[in-house]
Parts: sequence; structure tokens; C-alpha cells
Amino acid sequence: MAVGCVTIDVEMTSPSGRERDDAVMRCRGLSKIYRTGEVEVAALRGVDLDLHEGELVVLLGASGSGKSTLLNILGGLDRPTQGEVFFQETELTSAADSALTRFRRDHVGFVFQFYNLVPSLTALENVGLVTEIAPAPMEPAAALALVGLAERAQHFPAQMSGGEQQRVAIARAIAKQPSVLLCDEPTGALDSKTGVLVLEALDRVNRDLGTTTALITHNVSIAEMADRVVTLADGQITEVRRNATRVQAREIVW
Amino acid sequence: MRALNRKLLRDLWRLWGQILAIALVVASGVALLVMSLSSIESLEGTTDAYYERYRFAEVFATVKRAPENLANRIADLPGVQAVQTRVVEFANLDIPGFEEPVIGQVVSVPERGAPLLNQLAIRVGRSVAPNRPDEVVVSEPFAEAHGLLPGDRLSATMNGKKRDLEVVGIALSPEFVYAIGPGALTPDEKRYGVLWMGREAMAAAYDLDGAFNDVSLSLLRGTVPDDVINRLDLLLEPHGGVGAVARKNQLSNWFLMNELQQLRSMAFILPSIFLAVAAFLSNMVLARLIATERAEIGLLKAFGYSNREIGWHYAKMVMAIAGLGVVIGWGAGVWLGRFNTELYGDFYRFPFLLFRPGPAVFVVSGLISLAATLLGSLGAVRQAVALPPAEAMRPPTPTAYRKGMLGGSAFWNWLDQPSRIIVRQLTRRPGRSLMTSVGIALSVAVLVSALQWLDSIDRIVESYFFETQRQDMTVGLFDAQSQTVLYDFEHMPGVLAAEPMRSVSVEFHAGPRTHRGSIEGIRPDASLQIVQDVNGRAIEPPPEGLVLSTMLADKLNVRAGQNVRVEVLEGRRPVVLVPVVDTFETYIGTPAYMHLTALNRVLKEPNTVGHVNLLVDSSYHSALFERLKETPDVSGVILRQAAIDKFHETLAETLLIFVSFFVVFACVLGFGVAYNNARIALSERGHELATLRVLGFTRVEISYILIGEIGALIIIGLPLGCVAGAGLAWIMSASFQTELYRVPVVIEPSTYGLSVLIVLAATLISAALVRLRLDRLDLIAALKVRE
Repeated sequence: MAVGCVTIDVEMTSPSGRERDDAVMRCRGLSKIYRTGEVEVAALRGVDLDLHEGELVVLLGASGSGKSTLLNILGGLDRPTQGEVFFQETELTSAADSALTRFRRDHVGFVFQFYNLVPSLTALENVGLVTEIAPAPMEPAAALALVGLAERAQHFPAQMSGGEQQRVAIARAIAKQPSVLLCDEPTGALDSKTGVLVLEALDRVNRDLGTTTALITHNVSIAEMADRVVTLADGQITEVRRNATRVQAREIVW
Repeated sequence: MRALNRKLLRDLWRLWGQILAIALVVASGVALLVMSLSSIESLEGTTDAYYERYRFAEVFATVKRAPENLANRIADLPGVQAVQTRVVEFANLDIPGFEEPVIGQVVSVPERGAPLLNQLAIRVGRSVAPNRPDEVVVSEPFAEAHGLLPGDRLSATMNGKKRDLEVVGIALSPEFVYAIGPGALTPDEKRYGVLWMGREAMAAAYDLDGAFNDVSLSLLRGTVPDDVINRLDLLLEPHGGVGAVARKNQLSNWFLMNELQQLRSMAFILPSIFLAVAAFLSNMVLARLIATERAEIGLLKAFGYSNREIGWHYAKMVMAIAGLGVVIGWGAGVWLGRFNTELYGDFYRFPFLLFRPGPAVFVVSGLISLAATLLGSLGAVRQAVALPPAEAMRPPTPTAYRKGMLGGSAFWNWLDQPSRIIVRQLTRRPGRSLMTSVGIALSVAVLVSALQWLDSIDRIVESYFFETQRQDMTVGLFDAQSQTVLYDFEHMPGVLAAEPMRSVSVEFHAGPRTHRGSIEGIRPDASLQIVQDVNGRAIEPPPEGLVLSTMLADKLNVRAGQNVRVEVLEGRRPVVLVPVVDTFETYIGTPAYMHLTALNRVLKEPNTVGHVNLLVDSSYHSALFERLKETPDVSGVILRQAAIDKFHETLAETLLIFVSFFVVFACVLGFGVAYNNARIALSERGHELATLRVLGFTRVEISYILIGEIGALIIIGLPLGCVAGAGLAWIMSASFQTELYRVPVVIEPSTYGLSVLIVLAATLISAALVRLRLDRLDLIAALKVRE
């Protein structure tokens, strides 16, 4: 634990020049306390984190470690009790609800654990849902091709496997060409073989499009494909590790 | 409390908005039913009690003049219980401070003791005293209209002589529950009143000492009035009898029974609509609840709960909803029923009103509502029962959508994705979508059919008062006069034109069918009162033969070209066979017309006149009224404008009250349907909408998806409702059809417009309420929960 903390200090206080300049998102001193009746639960306790241009960060942690809360705050879905979040130069902490909606609409791509596709729309239409409102989207068909689902464009969610549905969700998330792609346990509902296909899609998007990607998982194996691995426990960052080389998604097994 | 019951209570609490919306729809149906049934029960009960307590006669007859000792022979007729002879005449009244002539119907009462039949309910003061020939009792509505109190005086022209009369009492009589003047359609208590005067004083005034001109009978229990009437007619014929009538044809009672018949036919039409919609709504809500509780149902079954217990659990929920509606409906229904009965009490004057709705009203309305909603929800409950435990515990298979017919079309490609979501959602459950549109349509239909009454009344007034009547006033004469009397009228102040008419009491016979009514004799060149059907076709009375209203022709089952046997009930009482030359449609009554000359030929009388239609310069009204009051032959004056005003006042005001009730009911219906649909859509798609919010959709954009669905169904429902409204209006008009009125189905474009706007407003409010809930969508939950 002590080593982890030292590592953080090193990362935060003396980042390399590249990292300091190209932080897409910056969090400082984030705390989040949930109150349910008499009970107070601190989901985050003083978290500092930067997401850099083009990197793939895996947020690793057990259930209840605060990783989902962190992702929600990064995505403008939740507000911290304390601390600041910046997207580029814009502070999100004090932004109005409409500004947060705008932020999500223009800059964030979400991938959910349970895909959250609209069942009444085909794969292509699900992607179109987002490209219609984004400022500079790619063609929906191109997004589907990127995740290897060009053939399945006209299928409804009910006609696709879980892995396919999740890849449609990824296509939907990246079609707007977001600044940040936030993935919440994207393989959580999938078996390992299908999960790998989904990770491959994410990996390709990150490499080909250079989309800054934050991926939540409790699956340690997945951390191998990241540029950087941030481990959370009890609402704090306990370790930040940089992988010397990123393992190809297809080589991951669990 | 058992756990399942606790769950039931919590479910009810959680879904209170939807449950209340359905309960209010049930309540509307129940309230309408209770209102109708309790009004019918109260009016019937009040009528029966009134008739019995004040000894309302069962047979009525008028004669020219019959000797008093004939009463004994009448009393000897088999089946007769009591006989009351009277003198009944019309008089012109002059009320201080009221310019127009007033028609008074003067009815004799014994100076000593109460009459045997048709007794008076004295409201204020007393009855007439012996040896006080100037005392009169006046009818209550008339007294109220003129502010008459015991001690006040009024003057009357009786048999050509002016009399000064003193009011000693104010009374009501079962004979005049609906006190309507000759030729009028609605009671006009300012221009028509009933006066009761001592028999001796009346006999003296009308030269009927030792004689009578009116007789009423009560009958022994079980006696058929027709036999008595036939024998009575034979006895009275030599004395100028114009034919006896049974109680059912007595004018006041006939109106009252007509009203009750309309109430009865109304009683079930509208409540059925509300209960049908309530059944659909409870099914919709329950089906959704069961879909979200699949896992719980599976769990309960896994624990060993039987199918019957599960089914009963959800059936109880329906019964709770219906029960709540029934209780609210009972309360509202009793209030409306009392209101309605009291409203009837303004037109139909009773000395007391018995409003005590019996248990049957509540039991019937409660059971019908409960049965309707349970039946409606049967499908949903069966769905819960049929779920196998293992399957119930698995998440439902993802909803399968199809591209449908539109997929790939240019229109489809033009639609944005949110609109495609709406279209697919609508077409995936076409049954539910259709029922929602039908629900909206029915609320529009209820409104259209209620609001169109105002249009119909306008049409009736237009047709009856404006298209066929052009005279300003109609003057009735005591006895048929020679046509030379026209000359007198033509020279009265302000009279621009005078035209003669003759009305003769007759009985029509065609095979076994009979109808007692009158034939109006008019001149073919008449320009003041013309015969015209409802479509504006003018009908000129042919030189020979009858022109019958279709209602009368249908009643007699005759058509143009066939003969009708006409038995004249006055004068020489000829019986002749007259051909029906033409028939025509009317909205009011069952008129029959003949050429005046032909009618006089049938009567074997020279050219005579019964009443005169006048066209008058309105600046001479006062002078003319003054002259008419002094003219001994004049039995009464009917002013067209006063009749129109009165018709509007009585009918339109009542209708306006009822129309406003219906606006409330229709709003409840529209609101209930739209609110439940939108809430269910939100429950089904909250997860999806939250996802879209996370993806960057604004509140307005996701509201479009949610409200767009119900909006589309409303847009389909509105025109459908206009069509259904016309249909409903037609059904109601057909079931309202009586001998007195045929209510035409007239729906102005503004009526459609207003109905649509009202329902639109109600549904928009419900949509807005659901829209508020979108602000509280839990975005984070959408990330985690599998739908």
C-alpha cells in the first residue's frame, strides 16, 4: 500500500511533459459521500487522476472500491461531494445539468455492462441514434465495420448474441468520435471468448482512432491491455502502474 | 396480515397515481349509473306516492255540458271506484304589472271538504271557502313567477265577464305536475297558471249550474281503463264528450312518463362506455405490473404458492381499484342523483321529493363495475397464473421487433431514430395502441354526443319556431268562430296580418292501431304558420286528405295512399275515412294537417276558425295586449318569442349543467387513458430513456420519445372520436325518441372542435405529469441494471 502511494506521488507531482500537457480529463481531490438515512458511505476519498490523450486506462478494483462512482463523475452523470473535475479547460463540477448533457453528447462515449441498446432499433439505427445528435460523427456503417459488425447492421438486438450487442454498443459509443470513451465492465455480462472479441474492438478503436479510453473492470487479466492501470480500494487510488507493453486483447485469457 | 396482502397494499400505494386514474374512470361510470338509477327510482317513488296520497284520477274526460246526475250512472259503470265531476275552463288573466295576457286554467273544487280525486296539496294559505265566490287557490309555480301571496288580487275574464279574484291559497296538484299551457312545449309559469275556484262560483260564471264539463274517475284495483273508457265515452257522447283518456295519456303524466323513459334509456349507454374503458385500463396496468414482477411470481410459486393464490392476489388488486372507484362513484352518484332529482323538481312540481336510493342501486352499480373490471383484467391475471416458476425467474427474453411494412421506405428513411423508436413501439403492441386510441376516441365521443345536444336544441328551435312559425302570436278562441272574426283581428292595433287555423280533437284508427290527437286545419296560402318537414320541404295541404307527421304515420303504420279512419271527438262527431296524401318529418309532437276547407267539410261545419295567427308590429304590443284582454272570445295568447325564450331557458340551462358534468367525465376518461399509457410507457422504457440521457440526449429529446408515443395515439384517437361521437349521438338520439321529441343529430364543426380541444387539454395535462417524472430518472441506475 505504501509503495502504491509513493507511486501516485511520483505520477502526480512529476508527470512527464507529454502527460501534463495532453490531459483530456483531470480530477483533483474527488470525494463522494452517499447518505442513506443515518448512514454515510464514502465512495471516493480524495482521488486525483488524469486521463491523457489517446491512452487506455484500466480502473481496477473490487466491488465497492469506488471505480464506478469515479467513472460516473468523469462522465458527468454524478457530482462529487468535494473536489474538481476538468474536461480540457472546462470545469464540470459546477456545470449546470444542461452543460453536462452537452458534455456527454459532444465528448463522451459510454459502453455499459448490459449494452443498453434500444431494442426497437436495428444495430445501424442504434448507432444512428447517436450520430444524429453528435457534432462530428462518423458514418454509422463505418462504426459498425470498425467493430466487425458490418454484416449485422440490419439486425435487432434480440437477434444478436451478447458479444455482438456489446460491439454494437461500442460502435454506438465511438461513432460520435468522442474525446473520452468510458466503459463500465464491458465484458461483465459475457463469457471470456465473447469478452475477448469486445476487448479487441475497444483496443482497435483506441489504437486506430486514438480515443482516450477508461475501462472499469474487476478482472485483473484485462489490465494487461492498458497503457496504465489504476487500482482503487475503499474509495482511494492505491496503485498506479504503467504497463511497459500493452498486451493484445486476443492474448488475454481469464 | 399475510405477506401477500402487505405486498398488495404496498403495490397499491406505489401505483397510486395510475390506480386513482382508473378508479376515477370506474367512478364516472358508477356515478352516471347511480345518478340515472337513483333519479329514476326517486322520480318514480315520488310520483307514485304523490299520485296515491293526493288521489290522482285514472280516467279523465271532458264534455260540453252534462247534467250532474249523470255522475251516478258513471259511478255505476263496472270497475269505477270514485267519480269527481268538475267545471274546467280557460280564462284570460290580468296580473298587475304584467303586460301580456296570461292564460289561466280554472278548475273547480268543492267549497266544502276536499275533492274526491285530484286533491290539492295546499302549500300556503287555505282552500276556497263557501259563499266566497271570488276566492281562488293558485298553482305554486304561477304564484312564484308573479310573486303572488294569499291576499293578493288578480282579475280574470271568465266567460266574457271581468272578475276580480282574491288569492287565498297556493297549491300543487298531481294533475299539473308538468303544468303546460295549451300549445306550449315547456311550462311557462309566467304566462300560464292553474286556478282552483269554488264549484258553485264556477258553475255560476260558466252557466253550468247542476251540470259539469269535466269528469275524473278512479278505478277499482285490477280494472282495465280501456273498458271503462269505452263505456264512459258512450255515456258522455250525447253531452258533447270529446273522448275519455286514461292516466297514461293525461297530459302532465304523459310528459312525466316520457321523461322517465328517456332517463331509463340513458341509464346504461354512457356507464357502459366508462366501465369498458376502465376494464381495459386495469388490464393494461396489471399486465405491466405482472411483467415487472415475473421474478417475484416465480419465487412465490417456487415457495409453493398455488396458481389460484397468485391469481387471487392480482384479482384482489383489480377489485381494490374497482372498489375504490365504486365508492367514489357511489358518493358522486348520490350527489348527482339528488341534484338531478331536484332539477327535475323544478320542471315537474311535486309537493315533496323522495330521494332515498334503495340498496338495489348500489348493489347493481357495484357488481356491474366489479364484474367489468375483473372481466377486463382476466387476460393479465391469467398471464400471471400461467407463468411456469422456472421461466418466471429468468429474465424475459428480449423484446423481438420487426421492421414492419414501413422499413426501408422513403418515409422510414426520412424518420430520425427517436421517431423510429416511437413507430416501432406503437406497432409492436397494436392491440394496446389501438385500445388507447379507442379510449381517447371514446372520451371525445362522450363530449361530442353531449355537446351536440346544444346544437340539436338550436336545430329544433330553428325548425319548429323559425322555419314553420312566422307569426308573432297565436290567439286561441273559446269556440270555433266564423271566419268573419278574422276581420276583427285584422283591425286590432298593430296587426299586420291575421290567418285562421282550426284544431280538432280526433281519434285516428288504422286497423288495430289508434292514436288520439288532433288535426290542424290550415289554409294552403298560409304564410304565417306553414307545414314544412325538417329538411325544409314545404308541404301544401292538399284539397282533400291528410298530411301526417312520419311519427304518427309510423304509429298508425300507414303510408301515403292509404286511408285512415278519423273519428272526430267534438261537434257532430262525424266518423270519416280520409286518405293520407303525404307524410313529413318533424322533431316535435305527432301533428296531422288538413286543408282548412276540407277539415270544415269533414266537420260538416261552415268555415270556422279555432285560433288566429297574428303578425304584429312590435311597437303596438301594449295596445294589442290591452285589446286582447278585453276580447271575450279570446281563450289565450301564445307569444312566439316568449315560447322560444322559455324553451331555451328550460332546456338549454338544464342541458348546460349536464354538458358540464359530461365535460368533467370525459376529461377523467381522457386523462385516465393518457396518464396510464404514458406511465406504463415510462415504466417499460425508463431504462432506455435513462440510457439515452447518458448518451447525451436532452430532457426535451427523451420527452419526445415518451410523449410522442401517446401523442401519436391521441392524434389517431381524436378524429376517431369525432366519428364515434356522431355514432354515439345517433344511438342516444334513437333511444331518446319519444312521441314528444325526436332529437336530431346535428353536430356543428365547432362542437367537434371544442370536444377535441377539451380532450387534448386533459391528455396534455396527464402527459405533462408524466413528463415531470422524466426529470427524476436515475441515470446511474441505467448503467447497472439489466432491463
